[in-house]
Amino acid sequence: MSVLIFADQSEGHIKKAAFEALSYGAALAKNMNTTAIAVVLGPVSADGAAELGKYGVSKVLLAATDALAHLDGQAFAAAVAQAATQEGAQVVVFPHNPDGKAVAPRVAVRLKAGLVAGAIDLPDLSGGGFVVRKNVFSGKAFAYVSVTSPIKVISLNPNSFHVQAGDGKAEVVAFAPDAVAPRVKVTAVNKVSGEVPLSEAEIVVSGGRGLKGPENWGLVEDLAHVLGAATACSRPVADAHWRPHHEHVGQTGLTIRPNLYIAIGISGAIQHLAGVNGSKVIVVINKDPEAPFFKAADYGIVGDAFDVVPKFTAAVKELKGK
Amino acid sequence: MRILVCISKTPDTTAKIAFTDNNTKFAEAGVQFIINPYDEWYALVRAIELKEADPSSVIHLVTVGGADAEPVIRKALALGGDEAIRVNVDVADSFAVASQIAAVATAGGYDLVLTGKETIDYNGSAIGGMLAELLGMPYIALATKVDVAGGTATVTREIEGGEEVAEVALPVVISCQKGVAEQRIPNMKGIMSARTKPLKVVEPVAVEALTTVHHFELPPAKAGVKLVSPESVGELVRLLHEEAKVF
Repeated sequence: MSVLIFADQSEGHIKKAAFEALSYGAALAKNMNTTAIAVVLGPVSADGAAELGKYGVSKVLLAATDALAHLDGQAFAAAVAQAATQEGAQVVVFPHNPDGKAVAPRVAVRLKAGLVAGAIDLPDLSGGGFVVRKNVFSGKAFAYVSVTSPIKVISLNPNSFHVQAGDGKAEVVAFAPDAVAPRVKVTAVNKVSGEVPLSEAEIVVSGGRGLKGPENWGLVEDLAHVLGAATACSRPVADAHWRPHHEHVGQTGLTIRPNLYIAIGISGAIQHLAGVNGSKVIVVINKDPEAPFFKAADYGIVGDAFDVVPKFTAAVKELKGK
Repeated sequence: MRILVCISKTPDTTAKIAFTDNNTKFAEAGVQFIINPYDEWYALVRAIELKEADPSSVIHLVTVGGADAEPVIRKALALGGDEAIRVNVDVADSFAVASQIAAVATAGGYDLVLTGKETIDYNGSAIGGMLAELLGMPYIALATKVDVAGGTATVTREIEGGEEVAEVALPVVISCQKGVAEQRIPNMKGIMSARTKPLKVVEPVAVEALTTVHHFELPPAKAGVKLVSPESVGELVRLLHEEAKVF
């Protein structure tokens, strides 16, 4: 009996999305009167694995092998399913991030488990049920999904559950999953260095056509810098190659749920809103008072971005300087 | 090369989202249905491009759904593809859908199976991974670039804050997103030829869903935007700090 959490790593470090999944899994284990156990695949140190006790897991299964340094879906799914069986897991929790999206569905099939992909709340266990809330219709509605299989798999949407860190240490147990022939050969990893990854960012500053050209993106970057935020853009901006495609948020781009989304010079077409309307607080800066984005916003300024944004940056700097 | 493209029917991106039957069913009345954009713009168009480069390739489309899915699959055939297969069963959950597609894929012996990264209605992003597991194939999720040469796919996928490039021997399942291809508009020749392309209807295999939607809920309406004058940007920063507490 346990809740098993897949804590994924990159270059030996556990990802932020995994801290959320660990906190979520620990809270769920508490509600189910059972224990939370993490499984880590890839070259993470034993000390690094023990640190995961902070997030409420009592034990970490650590397969610290370079063979699992990069994602190979079949090998990862086999290992996680093996860990789940070994620990009698009733629930397996993943972060709903690129690796989680690749592995969770495979593990669900292996364990004949119902999958809730992109959960945003802890399961409602009342009446012996298992009902989990998730976003559907690109953030325009919620579905309460009832899982009817004995084992359940959940992938947790980023920024949906607060990281709860204490001072516990987890027992680290070496884990040697059965060998699976590698099928995927990673030949390059290209990371945008020095920036906050968009999918993990708590604050996002985003620009649209209202900024008139790529040469004006300093406005967005300066504000993002003082806020420790990631930068994003609307679809027309990415299509015009003013900004790289990986910054495009919206229905056909990335879906994000930061705590704060600042939209500068973006009109707020329904397709754009679909990618950001899970944000906790939305600020819109647009010179057109009729821009549809104001209807979805919490705070707004009707004004010229070239005037407002530098003042915004200066005011944040002043606040942070105090 | 034999390519299978998974096509899902979804409400139009601008459709009004509402529910009936005590919030247990999506209100379909008056809603325009489209091909799920990720399936159409990226997976299907990339399959068409691969066939243009290698005309000996065969493209099959598969969808799971009732007869009401046929206009959407015909629209997909107007863009390209040699034939379509509809599994005649209502969509239950992602496992049930993946199991139906797996049966079609096993019968068809495909080298490359392409899906969109998720559907814009249930946002599950699960079909590709489940399908790959059922087929015993590798799976690359969230691809932004897909090339195939000499029996090997070279795929770039999204990771946090960047991209990863990987090589994988066929057969493989890949979920596609922006970057894989550019949207195309069907031309008149395509629309005409789509009418005569084969659309096979196959009966479902027996499979039980593992999840059900208990009910849907619309998010609470926003309280309304709080407007701040462009002359007092400092006030906005104060509100965000003290009231919204976001930094």
